[in-house]
Formats: sequence, C-alpha cells, structure tokens
Amino acid sequence: MNAIKRYAGLIWIILGPLGIHYLLQTASSEIAKKPGIDTQIQWGVFITVFYPIAIGFILFGLYALEGNYDHLPEASSELDDYDAKPL
Amino acid sequence: MSDNNQTKGIWKVIGASSLGTLIEWYDFYIFGSLAVVIANQFFPKTNPTAALLSTLATFAAGFIVRPFGALVFGRLGDLVGRKYTFLLTLVLMGGSTFAIGCIPGYDSIGFLAPILVLVLRLIQGLALGGEYGGAATYVAEHSPAHRRGYFTSWIQTTATLGLFISLGVILLTRHWLDADPAKSIAKFNDWGWRIPFLISILLVIVSIYIRLRMAESPMYAKLKTEGKTSVNPLKESFGHKANLKMVLLALFGATMGQGVVWYTGQFYAQSFIENVCKVEFDQSRTILIWGILFATPFFVVFASLSDKIGRKWIMLSGMLLAVVSYNYLFTSLFNIADAKQKTEIVANTKNETTMKAIAGSQDSIRKLVTKTYYTDGMSMLQTKTDTAYATAGKTTKKPLVVISKTLNSSDYWKMVGIVFILILYVTLVYGPIAAFLVELFPTKIRYTSMSLPYHIGNGVFGGLTPFIATLLTTIYVDNKIVGLMYPIIIATICLVIGTIYISNRIDPDVDR
Repeated sequence: MNAIKRYAGLIWIILGPLGIHYLLQTASSEIAKKPGIDTQIQWGVFITVFYPIAIGFILFGLYALEGNYDHLPEASSELDDYDAKPL
Repeated sequence: MSDNNQTKGIWKVIGASSLGTLIEWYDFYIFGSLAVVIANQFFPKTNPTAALLSTLATFAAGFIVRPFGALVFGRLGDLVGRKYTFLLTLVLMGGSTFAIGCIPGYDSIGFLAPILVLVLRLIQGLALGGEYGGAATYVAEHSPAHRRGYFTSWIQTTATLGLFISLGVILLTRHWLDADPAKSIAKFNDWGWRIPFLISILLVIVSIYIRLRMAESPMYAKLKTEGKTSVNPLKESFGHKANLKMVLLALFGATMGQGVVWYTGQFYAQSFIENVCKVEFDQSRTILIWGILFATPFFVVFASLSDKIGRKWIMLSGMLLAVVSYNYLFTSLFNIADAKQKTEIVANTKNETTMKAIAGSQDSIRKLVTKTYYTDGMSMLQTKTDTAYATAGKTTKKPLVVISKTLNSSDYWKMVGIVFILILYVTLVYGPIAAFLVELFPTKIRYTSMSLPYHIGNGVFGGLTPFIATLLTTIYVDNKIVGLMYPIIIATICLVIGTIYISNRIDPDVDR
C-alpha cells in the first residue's frame, strides 16, 4: 500500500500544473470570445483562487512521493509530536 | 461529574453552539437565495446579466474570503479561546446581515450601494470562516471521545437547516405582504426582501445571550492553565510538515469532495430545477425544503454510525454514490419537467397579448403570454416580450422569453424523491466530517488547522459549484447536464485520494 501511496504522488505532482494549464487556456479563450470586465473579473477570481490550491496539490504529491503518508497518526498521543519537527 | 450532569451539560453546549451556527448559515444563505432581487436593487439595471453576474461574483467573494476568515479567527481561537472567538464571529455576521437590510438601493445612493453590499458580504464571509471551526471544535472538546461523531453531527445539521430556514422565511415573506399574490410578490421585490435580513438581528441577540453564559472548552481551558497554548498557531499549523501534510490530506482527501457534493445536492439542484427544468419559483424551493426535511435526520444517523465503524468509508461512500449517479439523477429531473415528452391539450391553450406604448416613440412593448396545459396535469406559462416597431419589417432580434412550469403532484413528489437522494449523499459526506477533522489535529492548533481545509473545501470548491456549473452550460450549450462535470471530477479525485491515503482509525482517546 505504501508503494501505491508513493507512486500516486507522481500523479498529483503532474495534475497540479496540468490543472493550471487547462484553467489558463480556458480563461484566455473565454476572455477572447467574450471580452468585457465581467468575464475578466470572473476568470481572474478563478485563477487567483485555484493557483495556490494547485501549488498545494503539487506539495501534497511531493509529500506522498517522499513517503510522508506511509504512516499516519494512529492515536492522539502522536498528534503532539508536531512541535519538534519544523519544515 | 455524574453521567447525567455531563449529558445535560453537553446538550447545553450543543444547543448554544448549533443555534449560533444555524443563524450564521441562515444569514449567509439569504443573500444567495435572493441574488436576483438583490441584483435589481443594488446593481445598475441597464444590463440585467451584468447585474446578476455582479451579485454572483459578490456571492463567490463571500465564499472566497471564507478561508481568510478561517485563518484570522482560527488563530484567534487558538490564542485566546474558542468561546470569545466564535462569539465575535456571530456579532460580525449578524451585524452585517442587518446592515444589508438597511442599505438604500442603487436608485437612492448610486454606486455607494453596491460597494457597501460588497463590503458587508465580505465581512459575512470572514465571519463564517471563523464560526464553523469554533463551533465544531467547541462541541467536540466537550464530547465524550466515543460519541464525538454523534454530538458534532448536530453542528453538521445547521448548514442544511440554515438553508431550509432561509428558503422558508423567503417564501413566507413573499406571500405574506398582500392578500393578492401578485401584489405580494411585487412588494417583496420592492422592499419586502429586506425583512429576512432584518429579523436576523433578533435571532443573533438571543444567540449571543446564550453563548455569553457558556464556559470555555475544557480541553482548551486545561491547556491554558498549564501554559501550553500555542504562541503562533499559523506557524505551527502550516510551518510544520507533520501538521501541514495533514491539512493537505484533509483538503484533498475529504473536504474538497464533501464541498462539491454538498453544493451540488442543494444549491445546484435547486438552481437546476429552477433555471434548466424551468419549474416555477415556489415549487422549485418547496421541493428542496421537503428534501431537506426528510434527509436531515441522516446527518445524525451517519455521524453516529461513524463512531462505531470509523469516518472514512461513510464519507467516501457518499462521494462514490454521487460520482456514479449524478448524471442519471439530474437527467431524471430534466425529463420529469421536459415539455417535449408530454402531450399538449391544444384546445386549452390560452394566448393573451398586451401592448404598451413607449413614451416619445411610435413603437410599443409587446407582451405575449401563452398558457399551455398538458394531459398529465403540468402547465406551462411562457411570457415573450419584444418591441413592436412602427417601421414595417423591423423586428426584435432576440425577444425576452421567460418560461415557468407548474408540475403535477406526482412529478412534484418524484422531484422531491430525487432531491432527497441528493441530500442523503450530503449527509454521508458531511455528517461525520467535523469529528474527522477534529481528530486530525492537536488541541492547541485545532481551530486554525481544521478551519482552513474545511473552508477551502466547502467554501471554494463547494461554494463555486453553482457558478462554475452554470458557466459550463454557457460554454457547452447543447448539453443540459454538462455543469455536473465539475463536481464529478473533483469528487472523483477526492475519492481516490481519500481511499488511498486516509486511515479509518477509530480513536477513542483524542483528548490532547
């Protein structure tokens, strides 16, 4: 199972930039098709919001690939271990 | 403390927390439910589409600022405590809602009106971003560990019940202002829409009074006494890999899918019934009201079940069912109201044309109202408005056509049944999620850590569902259910991630 978790990380890393590419492409074609402030605001909001989320998705994939999800906390006693390990 | 006292105590905590959260959701949803009316009041009327889009953008802005509210108030909640933080969010939300009801329209104060509405809407979004995490954490930290799902499920019902009450209040107000239904609706559109906003303040005052009498969460109070509260919750939540990885997992493996299922099952379903199926205003809302009423108890049922068998598979089964059946269910909704599949009673068709002269011109506004009846009992009212030009041969290129269908009783209840199924999926994904999120993070940074993934998942991914789905129907105009592509793709990705990465642990010892 851990191998699947790690290899799937590659998919998430690839999906992040692909999602952004699709979003930018659709935004530019829609703005070209229907130029106007409404269209620009609308797609501007989508890009602003989903761009950082896509970066988070890549980070998630990276963590998975590194094996950070091989073991998840099994009990509350493990939750407080976070303190000792800064990024 | 005896079991009996402890049980009484927890119900007080649930009552106080749920009432406030319910009011916050109500406040938040009346704006969305009245989008068209508000557009007419606060945005330039010259272009109705622009006005509606502006409101939708404002609506989206309400959702987009939610994650920022989660950060601001989550941090505050971990620094100073849960009780006063979610009291503050309630005051902000209630105050903003009341103020929206008081703002003069665009006709009176010009562009100041939409600007004020936008600012207040942003405050509402911020407040909501802080409220839910506080209420869920507060209840969870009072609950016995083995029944955390059950007790937090009451908080989970509030989002749907807030929508239910907002729809109910709007419908009642719309019909209550005059004995003549047409006049009542006209009054509602003119000034009556303010009533649902204004009455919110009474509910908020009651809720503030109740919440002021509550004590701080015992877990948080214990941390504070021991001097173990977080000094920098944001850094500890998102600056430490061990916690950040859980925030990302919560978002991509649970809340993202939950958000789209929630909004598709309720908001998009209602929008689809009204705007695509063209079912009339009252029916499209009461269908949702019945669906909510029948399905709401299942929030408690599934959350309670999650205390016994774990949260993971209950949430993921809701996503799976949504992914495989959305196309079928929404196609069924469309077919139920599709006039092409029905037989018209031609002899009963009524046409009425009225002409209204345009001042200073020889042209007139022509309104053709056609009422069509079908053998199965459905009726359809079509209003076509165009300009009758005095110049021979000149015609309106694109007349305004408004269609409103009234379903027969059998079809009405069929739609209620389908909406019930859609909301049942919501109860599967949403019922156990508060307990699931609470159990992922330690007490000292719980408010901050659980609020952000919840509000990105529910607010951004979910909140934008009706908007993106509607947008897709304008890009791919021939496909009536193309809007479902968005929630299906998001829920599928979330389902796969949740299945692979989330563990189905049942932890009776989350007390730190």
